[in-house]
Amino acid sequence: MSYIGKSVKRIEDKRLVTGKGKYTDDIKIPGLTHAYILRSPYASANILGIDTSAAKSAEGVISVFVGTDIEGIRGVPTGWQVNFKNGDTMKEPAHPLLVTDAVRHVGDAVALVIAETKEQARDAADLIDVDYEVLEAAVDPAEAIKDGAPLVHEDAPNNICFDWELGNPVSEVDAALAKAHHITSLDFINQRLVPNAIEPRSAIGHYEEHNDHYTLYTSTQNPHLTRLLLCAFVLGIPEHKVRVVSFDVGGGFGSKIFHYTEEALVIWASRKINRPIKWTAERSESFLTDAHGRDHVTSAKMGFDKAGKMVALKVDTIANLGAYLSTFAPAVPTWLHGTLLQGLYTTPKIHIDLKAVFTHTNAVDAYRGAGRPEATYLLERLVDLAALEMNMDPAELRRINFIPAFNGVTEPGYQTQVALQYDSGNYHGVLDRALEKVGYKDFRKAQQESLAKGKLLGIGFSTYIEACGIAPSAVVGALGARAGLFESAQVRVQPTGKVSVYTGSHSHGQGHETTFVQVVADKLGIPMEDVDLVHGDSDAVAFGMGTYGSRSLAVGGSAIVKSVEKILEKGAKIAAHKLEASVDDLDYANGKWTVKGTDKSIAFGDVSLTAYVPHDYPQGLEPGLDFASFYDPTNFTYPFGAHIAIVEIDKETGKVTLQRFVAVDDVGNVINPMIVEGQIHGGVAQGIGQAMLEGAVYDESGQLINGSYMDYAMPRADDFPSFEVERTVTPCPHNPLGVKGAGEAGTIGSTPAVVNAVIDALWKAGFKVKDIKMPLTPERVWTAMNN
Amino acid sequence: MIPASFEYKKATSVQEAISMLGSEDKILAGGHSLIPAMKLRLNMPTGLVDISKIESLKEIRDNEKSISIGAGVSHATIANNPEISKHMPMISEAASMIGDIQVRNVGTIGGSIAHADPSADWPGVLLASDATVVIANAEGSREVDIDQFFTGFFETALQDNEIITHVRIPKTAANANSCYVKFVQPASRFAIVGCAAAVEKVNGSVKSIRVAFNGVGDNAYRATGIENALKDQKLSAENIGSAASHATDGIDVMDDHFASENYRSHLASVFAKRALSRL
Repeated sequence: MSYIGKSVKRIEDKRLVTGKGKYTDDIKIPGLTHAYILRSPYASANILGIDTSAAKSAEGVISVFVGTDIEGIRGVPTGWQVNFKNGDTMKEPAHPLLVTDAVRHVGDAVALVIAETKEQARDAADLIDVDYEVLEAAVDPAEAIKDGAPLVHEDAPNNICFDWELGNPVSEVDAALAKAHHITSLDFINQRLVPNAIEPRSAIGHYEEHNDHYTLYTSTQNPHLTRLLLCAFVLGIPEHKVRVVSFDVGGGFGSKIFHYTEEALVIWASRKINRPIKWTAERSESFLTDAHGRDHVTSAKMGFDKAGKMVALKVDTIANLGAYLSTFAPAVPTWLHGTLLQGLYTTPKIHIDLKAVFTHTNAVDAYRGAGRPEATYLLERLVDLAALEMNMDPAELRRINFIPAFNGVTEPGYQTQVALQYDSGNYHGVLDRALEKVGYKDFRKAQQESLAKGKLLGIGFSTYIEACGIAPSAVVGALGARAGLFESAQVRVQPTGKVSVYTGSHSHGQGHETTFVQVVADKLGIPMEDVDLVHGDSDAVAFGMGTYGSRSLAVGGSAIVKSVEKILEKGAKIAAHKLEASVDDLDYANGKWTVKGTDKSIAFGDVSLTAYVPHDYPQGLEPGLDFASFYDPTNFTYPFGAHIAIVEIDKETGKVTLQRFVAVDDVGNVINPMIVEGQIHGGVAQGIGQAMLEGAVYDESGQLINGSYMDYAMPRADDFPSFEVERTVTPCPHNPLGVKGAGEAGTIGSTPAVVNAVIDALWKAGFKVKDIKMPLTPERVWTAMNN
Repeated sequence: MIPASFEYKKATSVQEAISMLGSEDKILAGGHSLIPAMKLRLNMPTGLVDISKIESLKEIRDNEKSISIGAGVSHATIANNPEISKHMPMISEAASMIGDIQVRNVGTIGGSIAHADPSADWPGVLLASDATVVIANAEGSREVDIDQFFTGFFETALQDNEIITHVRIPKTAANANSCYVKFVQPASRFAIVGCAAAVEKVNGSVKSIRVAFNGVGDNAYRATGIENALKDQKLSAENIGSAASHATDGIDVMDDHFASENYRSHLASVFAKRALSRL
């Protein structure tokens, strides 16, 4: 049975599209109670008093808890430590489950109401009287670091969580820039985004007195890490007494990686009231409290010599972390952003200086791409702008700066100036293919002709690299991760030859139930129907590090392959015994072992039955056919690609219409091309969403003014042309499947291509604007033409 | 998103609905504006009188010189009606541009004009069409000229205990030569600027003209400056262009997250020009 490389239809889709999915909010437990969290309407205020008496006596109310009821419980921790440049530990203020003395962003949790129905809990929350002393808020991260700005946390002067740098010594970068023939500089904002998973976050805490066990059902991308943080860092409950389950999860995009306060609250309170408690976010709460993404203020300079070769890159970034540190927050603007500033180019001198800043806004953390879209946006905007300023072709400017192709096997990996070593790449390959596909040779002429007719056409490029499959545990540990980043897998062959695969990866839209099964069925030579994937249950799966950073197949898939190899190795011993041959004389194909050169064979199912009914069995061999593996990669994987956008601008209104979008990506080997294409499409849509539509807007007082779908513009299918997607294949040299990861590529590559296309259209029409703030709303584009 | 509790009352006739209406009640038709407001607890009626099952409100009637559209007719039904499309194309056009498929299938014309969102499409289009709003109350019924119907920001001439039964749109020569153009707010797809125009020409000259906007001011309005500038003129790119500059004369133009006052005013002129250039 050959499945690898085939576009097998997704096994999980029948369940999901017919409404048979099992999401956290679908779970019903006898005695279930319902929680509502009263949240702060202010960005910054002291709490002078809370009166819960009316709420406590309201109909159906079981309990009302406030911050002082849970004092002594540590808040939720962050999972990554970054130190100040001078070696001091970052500022890590507590993130309490319920606030006590002050609120620090709109949506901060003030009280937990538990009632028999969710309507009663919601109604009772309206009866809680909180006496707030409203204070001035620090909202804009660039303003927040100035002297005299309101402080989010008393112990973080100037609201700085940490400062950080990476790359060559700044003196060397300055010297290289001083000698540059041309310097392109750009000040810009990579705006804050709301993840907007279609399923709101949900958590059920269920304490059972009879065995002193807890079950947390939660909409997480990361059940085992949630359990670890919940037990070891927040509540101090023994880990073996807690089960964390996340069945179907309706999208995450990063926002469900993190351990949230609500998960700990429902577990803690469930024991208090001795009943199960369900909390499901309202959509408004999702907008206010799901960790947001991006939010960088950057000033960057790129120097070139006379021939257009890059000589140096200098970056200053202020990263907004929000009011509290979310699970991965410190890692995103640093090790997932600064380390990508080499891009695809041979730039010899690179330096980034970064300040991570607290503001009175919701937490910011990893969101599809996490740091890498910000790095790509920075580089690719600079490159296209430099081409305009130097009157060079943007494709040619890239070509002369690309790192030459290397396969990472017979040719070494590429050591960057910013810590990483790329595994394998062929960057000219993706660009050449994308140029051919878009018909670049003819475009410039068409652009001029259109301009003569008053039509503003533009083309924008983005050639990107990302780091996925995060990553060797020892490396991330040295960089501040407080967890390992391996993955576990167990492949259990049942006596009848049916196979259960347990993975610590977590599928919430990625299609693991198909892709992972394809890998196992292919390697074992058995039908896919004979293989099932189990994930998202800490009682079923030994351990897991969850799904994010496009890591599942590269890391989780590799762990599965290790177990499959162990199965085949042991199976061969049993087969050899039954066939009275030596292991070396056996071939394994199509689900059976055959003695070479004979027709003597034994099927996989007969071997598995023998393993569990070991009457006639190799001496000394343990019964059973069941193997667990842990896989810790030796490096990140490095997908790359070239994205090209063609836009037309309506001169009268400033409205940008995306006419074409070509993406040529290289994600290494591919198990299911259809699923990869779907991932690219979704990612591209999200990236274009950032360029053209999305952006969380806080006003000066810290109110999120577009926290609903009436106001926050999500991309829809009719905002896009049909994407033109292709792949090249440069296998990953260091994992058994040769895969690199495809979940984030589309988001990382697409955003700057669109913005560059608009800037190109404007320059060619005589409007020499360097930047338009994202999202490129019609008004902003119109203003750029009418200033 | 949990609304405050309310009493649900289902009416089977208009008179029954009127008799059911308490002072703090709201009428539920398609619910596409009301229910979200209730879920956000911006609106907390004590009761909802559901008129969505009243068959008499769902009729589109051809009256020879006019077409009556029942208040409970969905936007999608209007968009797909061939008589409306023939006699008053701007009505069909507007109906087909409202919200998305789900909204068009459930939202109603009566609900929309009773709510009177300044950015909704119907108010501007009905102003341009010279419609009449027919309203039922305990005493019987009354008619309100569309020019007198929209009285302010989310305010109409509708009194408590009154229900819109239908709107009547004349089959005029102007309505037969009409169109609606719209610049959408990308999130809600309400209008940032909507412009409806109906022009009757005799021997190439404008005999009658009605031009109206929604999305621009805090209420839909007729742009009489444009109308007066083009009356008795032969339409040309030049006079349309200069007339369009009167799009926001005397109007307090809205300024919000999606469009500043300046940009919105500019768009109003652009869309006036685009609408009139088609007629």
